[in-house]
Amino acid sequence: MSGSLLQVENLTVEFRTRNGIVRAVERVDLSVGRGETLAIVGESGSGKSVTSYAVMRILDSAGSIAQGSVMFSGIDVANADEDTMATLRGREISMVFQNPRLALNPIRKIGRQIEDVLIRHVQATHNNAKQKAIELLAKVRIARPEERYDAYPFELSGGMCQRVVIALALACKPRLLIADEPTTGLDVRTQKAVMDLIVELVAEQGMSMILITHDLGLAAAYCERVIVMEKGRVVEAASAASVFKDPQEPYTKRLVRATPRPGVSLRDLLPDPEIPYAAQTPRTESVEGQPLLEVRDLVKSFAPAQSASLLSRFMNKSVAEPARSVDGISFTLAKGETLGLVGESGCGKSTTSAMIMRLLDPTSGSIFFAGRDIGAIPARSFARDADRARLQLVFQDPTDSLNPRFTAARAIADPLYRLGGVTRADEARTAVEEIAKMVGLPHDLLDRFPHQLSGGQKARVGIARAMVLRPDLVVLDEPTAALDVSVQAIVLNLLADLRAELGMSYLFVSHDLQVVRMLCDRALVMRAGRIVEEGSAAAVLEDPQHAYTRELVSAIPHPPL
Amino acid sequence: MSQSSPSVQTGLRITRALGHARYALAANPVTLCAVLLFMFVLGCAIFGPMLAPYDPLQTNGAMALKAPSWQHWFGTDQLGRDVFSRVLVAARLDLTIAFSAVIIAFIIGSTMGAVAGFFGGWSDLAVSRVCDTIMAFPLFVLAMGIVAAAGNSVINIVYATALINIPFYARMARAEVNVRRNAGFVHAARLAGNSEWRLLAVHIFPNTLPPMMVQVSLNLGWAILNAAGLSFIGLGVRPPDAEWGIMVAEGANFIVSGEWWMALFPGAALMLAVFSFNLLGDGLRDLVDPQKRT
Repeated sequence: MSGSLLQVENLTVEFRTRNGIVRAVERVDLSVGRGETLAIVGESGSGKSVTSYAVMRILDSAGSIAQGSVMFSGIDVANADEDTMATLRGREISMVFQNPRLALNPIRKIGRQIEDVLIRHVQATHNNAKQKAIELLAKVRIARPEERYDAYPFELSGGMCQRVVIALALACKPRLLIADEPTTGLDVRTQKAVMDLIVELVAEQGMSMILITHDLGLAAAYCERVIVMEKGRVVEAASAASVFKDPQEPYTKRLVRATPRPGVSLRDLLPDPEIPYAAQTPRTESVEGQPLLEVRDLVKSFAPAQSASLLSRFMNKSVAEPARSVDGISFTLAKGETLGLVGESGCGKSTTSAMIMRLLDPTSGSIFFAGRDIGAIPARSFARDADRARLQLVFQDPTDSLNPRFTAARAIADPLYRLGGVTRADEARTAVEEIAKMVGLPHDLLDRFPHQLSGGQKARVGIARAMVLRPDLVVLDEPTAALDVSVQAIVLNLLADLRAELGMSYLFVSHDLQVVRMLCDRALVMRAGRIVEEGSAAAVLEDPQHAYTRELVSAIPHPPL
Repeated sequence: MSQSSPSVQTGLRITRALGHARYALAANPVTLCAVLLFMFVLGCAIFGPMLAPYDPLQTNGAMALKAPSWQHWFGTDQLGRDVFSRVLVAARLDLTIAFSAVIIAFIIGSTMGAVAGFFGGWSDLAVSRVCDTIMAFPLFVLAMGIVAAAGNSVINIVYATALINIPFYARMARAEVNVRRNAGFVHAARLAGNSEWRLLAVHIFPNTLPPMMVQVSLNLGWAILNAAGLSFIGLGVRPPDAEWGIMVAEGANFIVSGEWWMALFPGAALMLAVFSFNLLGDGLRDLVDPQKRT
């Protein structure tokens, strides 16, 4: 056992909750050798993060290691005193967290934060700390490190913040790096850059790494070995090469199946592929006549913040040009068609969907819906418009988009009362139960509050609410971004089935090209407020024309298939 | 479940609410204590005049300034009135003043604040500046001024106490509404065809209630102190009416001569009431927060 750096045996972690003791992790065995990279893959609630917290002994006060041993290079972590652990953390084992903005102190310059770690672990003195901090910033490839030393976290992008967090984690040349979902919430190109950087630095310094992720593709692409966890247990341990090609356990098979990858259709994502694919029929023949939605030269510019302009007025500076978040885009959407809108965060795709949904007034340009320019109607009074019921939206975050004080049934019934002309409670209940059946939401869940529902169930409530009025156009704003892959597979198929059943048009906003390819007929690629590429969804992914699209496609993690 | 009648659903909801109340109380013994204490204070306010062993206004020269005994638990004052009866009876007046003042402040303040936080613009400016103006005065002195100017009566104490509490509710409601103004569920409700006013009243405002309830409870204690304070300096409630503030004021003159009970017992009652309201604040938050329901 001298070869392994970290040896976890029979680890069980328990949490005390109001409903009694919950076992988050049960009898987990794992080992990481020197210089080895291991990925722990699992969906939310699988115990993958808790396992790593137990290794660092940073479980919150309700949790405790109930059983088993954690040995880190001869130190018994489970029973070590707090002083030993304090030296171990940061010095020997360090961690990269999921949300880099939360991991950094917002009111301290990033250079200072790196110095703090260096000085705390006696890696530098006050004299050379600044120089070492700048070296570290350069090492994580932050351009102009001398200037960025004085930057505050809010001045940096998400990817940059994650680089700073990596610099912090590597400051003391630890022997084990634990990366807990280091790229969740980052764009695919940034994800690739950050992961390439982590793997390169880990190899360069001869460190070991544990990568915790929900993305099997990412795990297989960047690690040597993969452990798959489900409900607190390890279900499969395999080499990265074999986990995709030859999964052994049923759960792993399902996970591999649900991961969107080249060459598969939407139906293939489901565990049971026997169901015929209803929405397979090409829908190009319905294009003739007037399009359902036509967007012409749509522009949205945001004025710079009031305080900034006031300040610059005081300082006698010219007021900055308003930033154009959507910069003159035009496209059409035929009846019954599904159009994908792809782009990275900040490209203006959400602003576009909010304008089409009439939640936001465009600066200029027009939005024709069934031949009528609805862009000219102010967003504030659109609630009473006749077309309100025909345009609906499925939100990105199923939790944020449900009123915490409304039960699922009340949330779904709200549009019925306001726009559907329903006045009687039993009438509404019947309609709610009908749509709930269509989206696969069991009736006994209808009287629950959002916090009593799982992520997938909340997503179904959101979809049911959008569909209950049978709208003509539904904008799907990254409806699966917050969901696990297996839930995503089900929700995507549900959306395809609903379209086939109800004959709606979709505008599918997403950052995930694979998902767009599977669900959409056509795709638009947006960058910095403009459309850079347009074509059939398959063509955009398989044969991208624009350099930016090519970059996007190549940044998708390529697991060894 | 598919054909459940409205009455069954209402029954279900009530059972669920009771179950949640029981859970919230059992999980936190301090809240249970606070609720019991609050019930006790409330009980005194409701039943006090019936329970009082003596007439609180009945003077008896022969029994003046007697120390606490089995006959007079809290002793008697300089006019021979029973302090225990007076403390008990005073609860109703003090709580009435505090409750009505806080209810008025809550209704006016939270409406102003919610409108300011939701619509912004000039309504926000107007509300914020009004609040700033009120807050610029030392609040107790402002209340004194109002009562002195408007006339020395109980109803004016209520108005004055309400007015100085309005900014707290307005600011809090403004902040709570403002952070939820662009939440996903608000956009969703807008898509469902809710008008702007309905969005505010039905979707956003109920979500601000948990923190507001805490404020209400803390404020009740504060309002009692404020009313008692005004009476203590001779504004508002006038002798011979039983009121904790006046009783402390009257008793204070006798502490030097050793008759401590006249000030101590009404003071202790005041403290107990304020204490129970402050404790209740945290408990209330647990009760009204749907996140804690299972």
